[in-house]
Amino acid sequence: MEREKSTIVLFSGDLDKAIAAFIIANGAAAYDHDVTIFFTFWGLNTMRKEEVVKTNKGMLEKMFGWMMPRGANKLGLSNMNMLGMGPKMIKHVLKKHNALTLPQLIELAQEQGVKLVACTMTMDLLGLQQEELIDGMEYAGVAAYLGDATNAKVNLFI
Amino acid sequence: MKIDVQVDAKGLACPMPIVRGKKALDAMQSGQFMELFATDKGALNDFQAWVKSSKNEWVSHEEKDGVHRFVIKKG
Repeated sequence: MEREKSTIVLFSGDLDKAIAAFIIANGAAAYDHDVTIFFTFWGLNTMRKEEVVKTNKGMLEKMFGWMMPRGANKLGLSNMNMLGMGPKMIKHVLKKHNALTLPQLIELAQEQGVKLVACTMTMDLLGLQQEELIDGMEYAGVAAYLGDATNAKVNLFI
Repeated sequence: MKIDVQVDAKGLACPMPIVRGKKALDAMQSGQFMELFATDKGALNDFQAWVKSSKNEWVSHEEKDGVHRFVIKKG
């Protein structure tokens, strides 16, 4: 029996949307689907390493690098962000309800074999380099994404 | 009916009960029985849909004081 496939495009760099994307991805992996998450634009920031990585960049890329959140723990909320108070509250509530935090969801997704693909074109636009993203990612473009999505029944854009 | 594997997913939120159940079933032999406990309010609908889409077999479900008990036979 051919395995079912699911794909998600994570375009957003909002904490709440990233959590939703990773819960669906982990659910689909538990359904035994081959799951791909394609990170593009602000969604790439979800996969940034927390520490500063030394890179050789131009002025504009450096500025982008400083202004964008560095990793899953630094994302803001799409609603009720309240200058960073919102994400703190959400993290507290997640813990209270025994739900996984975004870094835990990412780890679980990797453990379950979810394919994490970074869009190389938008990495160039935002000045992000491979060394700045967490290990274990794949690097590709729209054709690779469509290759996965064409055979998938669940394709989401978040 | 002999229970071969027990999974305690009580207190865990979506999607963990399904993830834990899947992991346990992956390690089991075809024809073995898994018993899983969960308190997540969506667990009944989740497990019904999940078992239906898999090769595994729904054996039984009961709920007592908010604790769901599922028995699933590995397909």
